[in-house]
Amino acid sequence: MIANFIGVLFDGIAYGSLLFLISIGLSVTLGLMNFVNLAHGAFAMLGGYVCVMLMTRWGVPFLATLPIAFIATATVGAVLERTLYRRLYKASHLDQVLFSIGLTFMAIAAATYAWGPSQQPVRLPDLLRGQVEVFGLQLGTYRLFLVAVVVAITFALAWLMEKTRFGAQVRSAVDDADVANGVGINVNLIFSLMFALGTGLAGLGGALGIDVLGLDPTFPLKYMVYFLLVVAVGGAGTIRGPLVAALVLGIFDVAGKYYVPQVGAFIIYTLMVLLLIAFPAGLYGRRA
Amino acid sequence: MSAVALRAAGLNKTWGGFVANRDVSLELAVGERHALIGPNGAGKTTFINLLTGVLTPTAGDVYVGEENVTRLAQHERVARGMTRTYQITSLFPSLTVLESVVLAILEREGLATNWWKSVAQHSGAAREAKDLLERLHLGAEAGKPTKSLAYGKQRLVEIALALATKPKILLLDEPAAGIPAAQSAEVFEVIAGLPRDVTILFIEHDMQIVFRFAERVSVLVAGAMLMQGTPDEVANDARVKQVYLGEAPHD
Amino acid sequence: MTGGAQIAEMARPRIEAMAEGLSTARWTLTEVAFWLVPVACFFLLSDYLVLGSQILITALFALSLDLVLGYAGVVSLGHAAFFGLGAYTAGLLGRHGWGEPLSGLLLAAAVAALAGWLTSFLVVRGRDLTRLMVTLGIGLLFFEAANKAAFVTGGVDGLSGVTMWKLFGVFRFDLGGKTAYAYSLVVLFVAFVFARRLVASPFGLSLRAVRENATRMPALGASVRSRLVIAYTIGAALAGIAGALLAQTTQFVGLDSLGFQRSAELVVMLVLGGAGRLYGAVIGTALFMIAQDWLSGLNPVYWQFWIGLLLVVIVLFARGGILGVADQAMAAWRRKAEP
Repeated sequence: MIANFIGVLFDGIAYGSLLFLISIGLSVTLGLMNFVNLAHGAFAMLGGYVCVMLMTRWGVPFLATLPIAFIATATVGAVLERTLYRRLYKASHLDQVLFSIGLTFMAIAAATYAWGPSQQPVRLPDLLRGQVEVFGLQLGTYRLFLVAVVVAITFALAWLMEKTRFGAQVRSAVDDADVANGVGINVNLIFSLMFALGTGLAGLGGALGIDVLGLDPTFPLKYMVYFLLVVAVGGAGTIRGPLVAALVLGIFDVAGKYYVPQVGAFIIYTLMVLLLIAFPAGLYGRRA
Repeated sequence: MSAVALRAAGLNKTWGGFVANRDVSLELAVGERHALIGPNGAGKTTFINLLTGVLTPTAGDVYVGEENVTRLAQHERVARGMTRTYQITSLFPSLTVLESVVLAILEREGLATNWWKSVAQHSGAAREAKDLLERLHLGAEAGKPTKSLAYGKQRLVEIALALATKPKILLLDEPAAGIPAAQSAEVFEVIAGLPRDVTILFIEHDMQIVFRFAERVSVLVAGAMLMQGTPDEVANDARVKQVYLGEAPHD
Repeated sequence: MTGGAQIAEMARPRIEAMAEGLSTARWTLTEVAFWLVPVACFFLLSDYLVLGSQILITALFALSLDLVLGYAGVVSLGHAAFFGLGAYTAGLLGRHGWGEPLSGLLLAAAVAALAGWLTSFLVVRGRDLTRLMVTLGIGLLFFEAANKAAFVTGGVDGLSGVTMWKLFGVFRFDLGGKTAYAYSLVVLFVAFVFARRLVASPFGLSLRAVRENATRMPALGASVRSRLVIAYTIGAALAGIAGALLAQTTQFVGLDSLGFQRSAELVVMLVLGGAGRLYGAVIGTALFMIAQDWLSGLNPVYWQFWIGLLLVVIVLFARGGILGVADQAMAAWRRKAEP
C-alpha cells in the first residue's frame, strides 16, 4: 500500500517535471514579453515529431535525438519570434490568444497532413527500459531518467538566471523592459534568445515526453490546459513558481487517475479553478 | 473651528519590509485647498491610494466627514463625494470625450445601469457634460475619441471626469504632470475656480504653483509626515529646505 | 415613465445627439435591409433552411459572446458551457415529456443564467490570463460533468429521443426545417433587438468603459464587478437560449455542444465579423458557417488549417474583423473624397 503510494507519487513527480520542462518557456513568454502564447504546446509537439522522425527514418539513437529536438525547435521558435510574435508584444491579450490559437490550429492540421492522425511510437533504448530498485522500491528507469534530466536542467536554468550577466539582464527586463532598454540592455535580443530557449525546452520536453504524454496531432490542445495551468498557478516569470505548480499538478493528476478513475479529469479542472481563485496572481505572483 | 471634510488617522502601508506610509495623519477642513509635496518616492501617491480605497491600509483609518470609510470600496467612497485624478493619465481610449464625461455623470446619478433607454435619450446628462467640457475648453474635442487628443488635452479630460462626479472632496495626483508650465497654470486656474465648498488635496512638484494655490501644505518624506503648515511656514522650514536642497540646517 | 411620455421622449428629434456621437437606438435603413436578407432566404433558398437555422442559432450564440467579450472585454474560452447547458435543459425537457418550445427556451435561459451568475463571481476576479483560464476550466468542468453523467445526458452518444410539440400548437417542426428556420430567426431577432438596446444604453456604455479601462471605473463611482456579473449573466442566458434552440430544432444534443472546439470557433466567428459590434457577430457567423459548409467536402483537417491561418491574418492585418476593415476603408475613402 505504502509502496504503491510512493510509486504513484513518483510517477506524479516524473509527470510533473515533464510539465515543468515544457511550461517553463510559456512562463518566460508570459513573464518577460507579457504574451499569452497558447501555441506553446505546438513547439513541444514539434520536438516530439523531430525525435520520432530522426529515429524511424534515419535510425538516430534516442538520446542523440534529444539535443537535435532542442535545437530544431529553438530555431523554429526564434524564426517565428522574429517574424510574427514580435509584432504582437504590445497587442491586447485577446489578440495574442487569437493569434496563438490560430497557430495551434495550423500546427495541428500540418502535423496531421505530415504524419497522420495516429499516435507515434517511440522505442526507448534498452538502457532506459524496465525498472530499477531504489531503496527497495521498484521505480521505472525511464521516469527516473526523466526526473534526473529535469533536475539537471532546472539547476542549469537557475544558474543561468541567478549567476550570469545574461540572467541579470533578463531579470531586469522582466521587471521593466523599458527601463532595461534605457540602461543599454538589448531587450530585443534577450526576448529572442529567451523565446528560443523556452521553445527549445518545450521541444526537448515533447521529445522526452512521447513515452509519458503520447504524441499525436491533438497534443497542443490536449495539454494546453496543463501548460497554462502551471504558469497561471505558478506565476509567470519565475522558476520556482511553475516548478511547484507543475509538481502539484502532476501528482494530483496521476493520483486522481489512479485512485479515482471514474472522476476522471474532474479533479484537475476543479483544482485548477480553485487554485486560480485562491491565487489570482499565481502562487508566487510578482504583481500584487 | 470649521467642519472636517476628510481625515486620515495614522495611516500605515507596508509591503513586506518596505514601509510606504508610516503613521500619516491629515485633516482637511471643508473647502480647504491643500497641497501634498515631497520628493519622489515619498509615498504621496500611495497616500492618495489609501484615501480613495485603491489600497487597504495596513493600519489606520480614513474618515469622510464623521463616517469611517476605511472598509469601503473605492466606488463606495466616490458615492460619498470623494474622487481623484491619476498621475498617469487613465482614460477610456476609444470612447469619445463626451461619452466619457456623460458616463461619469450617469454614474453619479445612478442611471448607468439603465438598459432600456439609449444614451442619447439622457439629454440632461449630455447637456451637463457639454457645459463642463466648455468650461474646460474641451468643447471642440467632445466628439473625438479620447485617444486622438493631445496629451495636455487628455490631462484636462482627466479632470473633467473627476469633476463630473461632483465631488465634495477632490484628490488630484499631479494634475498638470507632463504639460508645459504655461498650460499647467491654466489647469490650476480651472481648479481654483471650483466652488468654495469643494475640498481639494493636490500633489504638485512646482513650488510656485503650490504657493499660489494652496492654503495649507503637507510635506511627506520617506513615507512619513515631515510637517504641515501654511505655505510660508513650509517655505521657511529648515527641515524642508534640507530635504529639497540637501542643505544642512543652519541654527 | 408613462407610455405617452416615453413616446414623446422618443419622438424628440435626436439629430443633435447623433451628431455628438452618443449612442441612439434608432434603426437605420441599412439595418432594415440587413434583416430582410434572412427573411428573403426563407422564401428563396428553401433547400438550405437546415443550414440556415444552424447559422441563425450560432449567430445568437455569437451575439451572446459579443456582449461578454466584445463589449465587456472578458475573454472567455468556455462560453460553450452555457450553450450546452441550455441545450441539455431543453433537450431533457423534450425527452421527458415536456415538448412545449417557448417554455423550454425560457427555462433553458433561466438555467444558463443561473449558472452564468454563479460562475461570474469566479470569472470577474483576476486579470486576462486568470479569466481565460477560469472560463476554460469551467467549460471543461461542464464538459466532463456531461460526459460522466451519461445516465442523464447520454454521454458521448448524445441525447436523442427529444420530442417537440407544435410551436404555438400550430406549427410542426418539419423535416424541411421551415418551422425551425422561422422560429430561430424570430428568436434571434428578438434577442438582437434586446442586445441592441442594451449596448446603446448607459449600461452598454459603462460596459465599454470597463473594457477600455477597468481601473478607472471605481473613481467614477462604478463597481466593475457588479457590471461584469450582470453582463456575464446576460451573455450566459442568451447562450442558453441558443443552445436550447439547437436542441429543439435538431431534436438532439451532442456532447460537442459543450466542447472547447465550439467555444474556440465561436471566438473565431466573432472576431472574423468584428467583436464589439452586434452585426459583426451575425456576419462573422454567417460567413464562417457558409465557408465551412462549402469546404467541409475537403478534409476537415484542412478546414482547421485555413481557420488557423484566417485567425493569424485577422490579428496581424485586419484587427476589428470584416466590419472593422470596412469602417477603416470607408474612413479612408471619405478622407480622400474631402479636398
